[in-house]
Amino acid sequence: MFGKLLSDISGLWAKYGTTYLQGIGNTLILAVTATLIGCVIGFLCGILQTIPCGKNDSVIKRVFLRIIRIIIRAYVELFRGTPMILQAVFIFYGLPYFFNVNFSSIWTVSILVVSINTGAYMAESVRGGIMSIDPGQFEGAKAIGMNHWQTMLYIILPQTLRNIMPQIGNNYIINVKDTSVMFIIGFSDFFAAHKMVAGAVFKYFPSAFIEMGGYLCMTLLASFLLRKLEKKLAGKSNYELVTTDQLVMTAGTYNYPDHQDGSPFGEDKE
Amino acid sequence: MSEHILEIRHLSKAFGTHAVLKDIDFTVDKGDMTTIIGASGSGKSTLLRCINLLETLTTGEILFHGKDIAGRGVNSSAYRAKVGMVFQSFNLFNNLTVLANCMIGQQKVLKIGHDEARKRALYYLNKVGMAPYINARPDQISGGQKQRVAIARALAMEPEVLLFDEPTSALDPEMVGEVLDVMKSLATKDNMTMLVVTHEMSFARDVSTHVVYMADGVIEEEGEPEKIFSNPESPRTKEFLKRILNN
Repeated sequence: MFGKLLSDISGLWAKYGTTYLQGIGNTLILAVTATLIGCVIGFLCGILQTIPCGKNDSVIKRVFLRIIRIIIRAYVELFRGTPMILQAVFIFYGLPYFFNVNFSSIWTVSILVVSINTGAYMAESVRGGIMSIDPGQFEGAKAIGMNHWQTMLYIILPQTLRNIMPQIGNNYIINVKDTSVMFIIGFSDFFAAHKMVAGAVFKYFPSAFIEMGGYLCMTLLASFLLRKLEKKLAGKSNYELVTTDQLVMTAGTYNYPDHQDGSPFGEDKE
Repeated sequence: MSEHILEIRHLSKAFGTHAVLKDIDFTVDKGDMTTIIGASGSGKSTLLRCINLLETLTTGEILFHGKDIAGRGVNSSAYRAKVGMVFQSFNLFNNLTVLANCMIGQQKVLKIGHDEARKRALYYLNKVGMAPYINARPDQISGGQKQRVAIARALAMEPEVLLFDEPTSALDPEMVGEVLDVMKSLATKDNMTMLVVTHEMSFARDVSTHVVYMADGVIEEEGEPEKIFSNPESPRTKEFLKRILNN
């Protein structure tokens, strides 16, 4: 029984191996690109949603921020609340209906759909990540004169990124699997390879077996790499003290505004 | 005679209906080392946070070199860059090393180049005795060390005034000394203009040039440390000092 399955699988692989591999390649490219773009969308929404506005700000700024928040909220609810397979159909057939667009490549639509779908989820993850950062980090940055963008870019988002790495991993793995719905608009991903092969030779189960193994390999590899990345983002667990000699070598001299004698380490001669 | 850096005028702050600060008036001159003392809940920290615009004022104004900085349409970031702040809970940037903590503000806010920023950061880190730790991250050093780095970070911006919000309150007793020593040296050797909210009475008495006693959101009494500590006028000041100095 297993012998038959094995021979079927090897037969399929011998004949359609490149089709499967191409499907895997397309799936990975789509999942990686869309997850990255989705992250950028998510972080952008996170920054825009947290712009502080107090009563000292002008009315225009407050109204503007209000509108931005409503738009982001609507975007998140719409794309989180509808199936991606329908979103694909809507955008692929809907945009040419209203606008004079002509999708020259199926890639454009696929990346667009999966990106904005991921972005909607990421926007909420990033918002949660930002909320989890100690308010003292914002205050520390404000106190040295950083504005909102600088605070976000250099202080808050790097820490947020580290905290929501598991969520990004989640989204990526979901994308590897869920990009399979893009067959609806004719994208030739790994699952589309199965449909094509099985349709041609009527070996549904052996082909599905290959698919299962293929998807599992892709997601396991992703999990492994994400763990590595998380470790790297956590930084080194130890540090080395720098001796004063080394510092003098690299520091050069700096003149304190009110002092004329310049060596940074000539402090003790009063 | 001396130059007013900060003038606080009729400052009031309420959280909802709860008035925390009521009609505060005082000035900080160049070279002043002012300490603000008072019981918990008297509004000391809120006052400091108002001065750094971390809280919005309910009424009143804050003049920095004669210009109101608390009103509408003022670039608060530019002002904050000139007024350093050291927090009770340090607030070092957790994603950056000790050295980067002291460089980022210079590079991004003051637009100073990398090499110059590094020199400056090393100079001030050396001043607080933390230069050997430049490669450490904030979660790898002790509380006293964190606070000294936080002081270096504020100093690296070369502010005109440094605000300290209970800088030693979150520290273990044996680490309080190292931070106070750094502050003392800033006040006496460098003549830095400082405004310190503290519970360290001996520090307030020995180091400051001016002491402000606050109670229930008002300035109850202010003056030179000798006067406040040995000959206070207000009965509330007397009561507070008696209570705190006797234990």
